[in-house]
Amino acid sequence: MSALSADAGQPGGWLNPSWSNWRPPLLAAFVIVPGSVFVLPLDIAFWASLAAVALVALTSVVNAWGKHNGPLLVAPALALLFVMNIFPLMWSFGLSFYHYRANRLAPPRFSGLYYYEKVLSDPAVWERLQTTALVVLLTVGAQMIVGFLLALLFEKEFPGRRVLLMLVLTPMMLSYVAVGAFFRFYYEPTFGLLSQAVKAVTGETFILLDSTAGALAGIVFADAWMWSPFVMLLVLAGLVSVPKYLYEAAEIDRASWWRRFRTITFPYIRGLLLLALLFRTIEAFKLFDIVFLLTDGGPGTSTETIAVFVYRMAFQYFRTSQSSALAYILLFIVIVLTNLYLYFVRQRAQEA
Amino acid sequence: MARSRERRGVGKAGWWWTSGTAVVSFCYFFPVLWIILTAFKTHNDALAIPPKFLFTPTLENFVGVFSRAYIKGQAAVDTGFDLFFFNSVFIAGSSVIVALILGTLAAYGFSRYPLKGNDTYLFIILTTRMLPPIVVIIPIFLMFRVSGLSGTYVGIILLYAAFNLPFAVWMMKSFFDELSPDVEDAARVDGSSDRRVFFKICLPQVKAGLAATAVFGLILTWNEFLFALLLTGVETRTVPVAMAQTIGGDIGVRWGLLAAIETLFLIPVIVVVFLLQNHLLRGVTFGTIKR
Repeated sequence: MSALSADAGQPGGWLNPSWSNWRPPLLAAFVIVPGSVFVLPLDIAFWASLAAVALVALTSVVNAWGKHNGPLLVAPALALLFVMNIFPLMWSFGLSFYHYRANRLAPPRFSGLYYYEKVLSDPAVWERLQTTALVVLLTVGAQMIVGFLLALLFEKEFPGRRVLLMLVLTPMMLSYVAVGAFFRFYYEPTFGLLSQAVKAVTGETFILLDSTAGALAGIVFADAWMWSPFVMLLVLAGLVSVPKYLYEAAEIDRASWWRRFRTITFPYIRGLLLLALLFRTIEAFKLFDIVFLLTDGGPGTSTETIAVFVYRMAFQYFRTSQSSALAYILLFIVIVLTNLYLYFVRQRAQEA
Repeated sequence: MARSRERRGVGKAGWWWTSGTAVVSFCYFFPVLWIILTAFKTHNDALAIPPKFLFTPTLENFVGVFSRAYIKGQAAVDTGFDLFFFNSVFIAGSSVIVALILGTLAAYGFSRYPLKGNDTYLFIILTTRMLPPIVVIIPIFLMFRVSGLSGTYVGIILLYAAFNLPFAVWMMKSFFDELSPDVEDAARVDGSSDRRVFFKICLPQVKAGLAATAVFGLILTWNEFLFALLLTGVETRTVPVAMAQTIGGDIGVRWGLLAAIETLFLIPVIVVVFLLQNHLLRGVTFGTIKR
């Protein structure tokens, strides 16, 4: 018969129930998982879905054992990701089409595209997206510039380079909570180092986080301090990959510094700069912790990024469906950016 | 300036360049350094105006992290930070072990037995790591509540394992991809089983990669805040959550104490950054960029 049935070891059709045929359980799972959430009470639906998925997993393992090394090696990882990431995401995708609040017992009612309409027509959402865009623009811009300059500093060999590099690279490995706490301390109106420094110059008490522009600057400064080393690391990788003979040739030609940079150095770091830009944009787009700890979105809601906004909607006001709808829009944006990032990663790998 | 005369590329830097870089590096590191210094100051020194650069160091803040009197004059009580540090270590450690085992197997599969749509799987795996945590957390929060996993070690460890897994897969795949297949082919010709090839030939060659992946996973988990904030209970709370609560909580302006917590929290990370420098690029880009 067909290759499909031979694969399942079932000459009599590919829906035959057997421990090594994963197709019927998969089909059942596709019905049970999305369906049960709305038909059954939430906890029963959860266990039913889990059972269906477990059956799919079991049958596929039995099917692949000893025959397909690749799938068997990959399966446990995919299973864990499915249970902890993809399945919950599908669930919340379903919820975004229903009226549902996580703090009420009322069963979900179908709402269609109501919440997507509501989210997209909500001026607050657009305002938060604008705030996020502004923060992303400022912080990524600052990181690219500072990171690039730092990389130029570390381009050459010198004694103690490794230790100094460690000092500069440390911030990006720190916890957002720690960095948030640092800068709360430095921005503190009376004792904070920054506030004291400004007061020494102007003679007035300086409360950075009290104004919108100040709070924004405070967030951007902390985030840029933390992540400039990331850009530096990537640029540095590009700089050290430039073959030395090119520079020697340029010296013979008496090329100016700028010309040498434009024609020799830049082509080698262009790819990495682009990757750094995309990676940092994705990361800055999700900026949550630092805003949450430093300003909590204030003053008012002027520094509330979209991530903080979703957090509030989901866990303070418990507008579960609405926040799921918005979360899915964010998910779409990030998937597009990630795709773009990987496209350039592959392009760079092929060039090398 | 003199730089235009200097030969660029990986050349030697002059002493002025070295000292300039040293000054910049120390300025860049200063916010961390100042916190560490503050941790060793008394309460009055920490809040001194103008700031004190010279002071008599004290360990009172470090003692206060673990037990202190919440109200002046009362007997010192346990703050629970010993438990929080234990939780952080235990949860990060367990989840990294799970992620590393599953991730290494998967990475080997992706590297040596490419599936139909290999790149698609890898893309999906990476995407789950790139998603904003806030997007992922809403359904997981509901799922944990329904299944009773909320506030348990099992729940948070599984979640962190899934959180570290994409990273482990991409990192380990990049290490496996670098191995020359010749040795493996030779072993196969000599009759070694697939299992033997994996354990005796491939794994020993990526030992450094395994270590780097594990340590990066540990740091990422150690630092994570949002998942821990929403999914850990009183018993399973990790240090970042406890720290965030301390900022707005009982100690108010006792910055020396907060600095001490942070110092204890940072030291392992700083040590690791030094040890891992050669793998840092690969680590921070989740294994997507090797060189």
